[in-house]
Amino acid sequence: ADVISTVEFNQTGDLLATGDKGGRVVIFQRETEEAGEVGDSGEYNVYSTFQSHEPDFDYLKSLEIEEKINKIRWLPQQNAAHFLLSTNDKTVKLWKVSERDKRPEGYNLKDEEGRIKDVSTITSLRVPVLKPTDLMVEVRPRRVFANGHTYHINSISVNSDGETYLSADDLRINMWHLDITDRSFNIVDIKPANMEDLTEVITAAEFHPHHCHLFVYSSSKGTLRLCDMRASALCDRHTKLFEEPEDPGSRSFFSEIISSVSDVKFSHSGRYLLTRDYLTAKVWDLNMDKGPVETYQVHEYLRSKLCSLYENDCIFDKFECVWNSSDSVIMTGAYNSFFRMFDRETGRGVTLEAWRENSKPRAVLRTRRVYTGGKRRRGDVGVDSLDFTKKILHMAWHPEENIIAIAATNNLYIFQDRVNPDAQTQ
Amino acid sequence: MEVDRGAMECAVDAQSLISMSLMKIHSSRTQRGGIKLHKNLLVSYVLRNARQLYIKEKYAEIYRMQQYEEVMAVCSGIQELDPLEPLEPQGAEDAEPEQPVRAAGCGEESRAAGGREPEPPYYRSCCMEDQFSQNCNKTTVLDLDTHVVTTVENGFLHQDCCCAAAAAAPQCAPGAAARKRKVDSAGCSPDAEEPSDYTAGRKRLKREECSGADCSPDASNISNLISIFGSGFSGLLSRQADLEQVCSKQALASLGAWTRAIVAF
Repeated sequence: ADVISTVEFNQTGDLLATGDKGGRVVIFQRETEEAGEVGDSGEYNVYSTFQSHEPDFDYLKSLEIEEKINKIRWLPQQNAAHFLLSTNDKTVKLWKVSERDKRPEGYNLKDEEGRIKDVSTITSLRVPVLKPTDLMVEVRPRRVFANGHTYHINSISVNSDGETYLSADDLRINMWHLDITDRSFNIVDIKPANMEDLTEVITAAEFHPHHCHLFVYSSSKGTLRLCDMRASALCDRHTKLFEEPEDPGSRSFFSEIISSVSDVKFSHSGRYLLTRDYLTAKVWDLNMDKGPVETYQVHEYLRSKLCSLYENDCIFDKFECVWNSSDSVIMTGAYNSFFRMFDRETGRGVTLEAWRENSKPRAVLRTRRVYTGGKRRRGDVGVDSLDFTKKILHMAWHPEENIIAIAATNNLYIFQDRVNPDAQTQ
Repeated sequence: MEVDRGAMECAVDAQSLISMSLMKIHSSRTQRGGIKLHKNLLVSYVLRNARQLYIKEKYAEIYRMQQYEEVMAVCSGIQELDPLEPLEPQGAEDAEPEQPVRAAGCGEESRAAGGREPEPPYYRSCCMEDQFSQNCNKTTVLDLDTHVVTTVENGFLHQDCCCAAAAAAPQCAPGAAARKRKVDSAGCSPDAEEPSDYTAGRKRLKREECSGADCSPDASNISNLISIFGSGFSGLLSRQADLEQVCSKQALASLGAWTRAIVAF
């Protein structure tokens, strides 16, 4: 129940939220640098923990609804409080995270313990004053967006307008207003009239970071659709379709599975899209829909193992992918606690490992290699020695600095680049 | 569909993939959180691909066999001045695709064409005894519900002639309609052909029978078991509201049929 299922930094990077399979959300806060202190600054410590979703039951369909948190998205901060959206398969919730470090003292009608005073003992009036107290973090549910989805929600995305957000399930995408919980607008519906004709499902969706009328969604067929909400109320017809023609030479039993897109992310600039399918990560230019502009092989050595991976269900794993703050590096996860970073300028990739033995504080991450032939180096890992139960599915990159958060099953690793703390190409 | 089988690690034959996929679909029904539409859709694609390969391989076999038979029939006809008349057509339309008749050079050419080795007359022995022999193209499926035995030869439904190889008294029933027979009935009427010309006659008999409606290359005629997933992602998740009723029955029914079929294979 402690397996982490989502990781997300807020817009400043000071807060990091994780959701797990047990429906809990844990928020970490970055310690601010103390003047004159060297070293321990910049670490993330637990800020708040709360139960976001509970197991639920759909009595009509006799189906259990998992409490697992599928996605967390932070809202842009508007005041002292922080807001985040968290969702399980069916329900999206808006949480307010606020601090309380003062409390009022000096009530007229109540004494210090809160007991009502005898009115006859009050001889004068005073104004209560706020006194500092221990910091308390309060998390309260502010909105519950329920009953919007028949199928399993896989994505939520906050619009740049700050007022709306979208939620996507396998067949539909709804747009909500953050203040209105009893209504949502359906903006995409790919459910066929006859379910027997179903050929693809929606796998991920995201709003454009700057244009509040644009959003993209990916499908299990490996296509991306860019939709413009100004064109029509129901965006079933895409504005742009991004699709790479299939290579007939590489056709196999599992072609459909490995071409399914598991994650899609706009670049910070809004110019590019990053997608992840089972074996590759691809960068697409919004201006070119004929195919990706860059393709990165994440673990091509698994192509010959697809049958075993189908047997043990690993082929259905959904890896996420992220951009760094300057859109110069992309990162995604793999097996054996490995994750990969690709430098877009050079095209080179590096494999790193999220593993406790290496992770004394300040330990330097070693690059790893999977042995696929040629000269074997010390430390290379053979393909057959890979531990497929140790998968890095969820990760996040700090919006401004070179700090990454990697979820490895039930552990969270936070790595910081001390050499180049600001967003620079490595 | 071309598949690079050599690169695959585990048993990648179509049938094992089919059974694996069905088990996944079946077990997903009891998973917590309800059936995952995406995963089951992907599994159905694997199922479809495996089935397509299976059918394609069967077709290839059929084609090879038919070509061989054509050649042998022509050769026999030339050699033996065969007195036998071809059987009456089966009544239904001949949906068999036109096969080019290769008149020249009998045995050698057919072998060279990659067909099966010509064997002595009884190479078509009953599949029940000789199921995995290279020479036997029959597979027999026993439906445990109805106790009906269906013999599929070269991918075509064949009328009870797996026992026809017994030389003296071929039990083959060349009757028009019946595609299946009950296990306990012994209803094969003796063949009219003379044993002396058995080889040629049987081969032509096969060809004639295979010209019948049973042997239509249309997928739905090949085997009702194979055609379960013929219409794509059918019936599995018509509506989530119906899951418990519709899906369970359909999934179980189709799973059951497949399980039995696979056992017989």
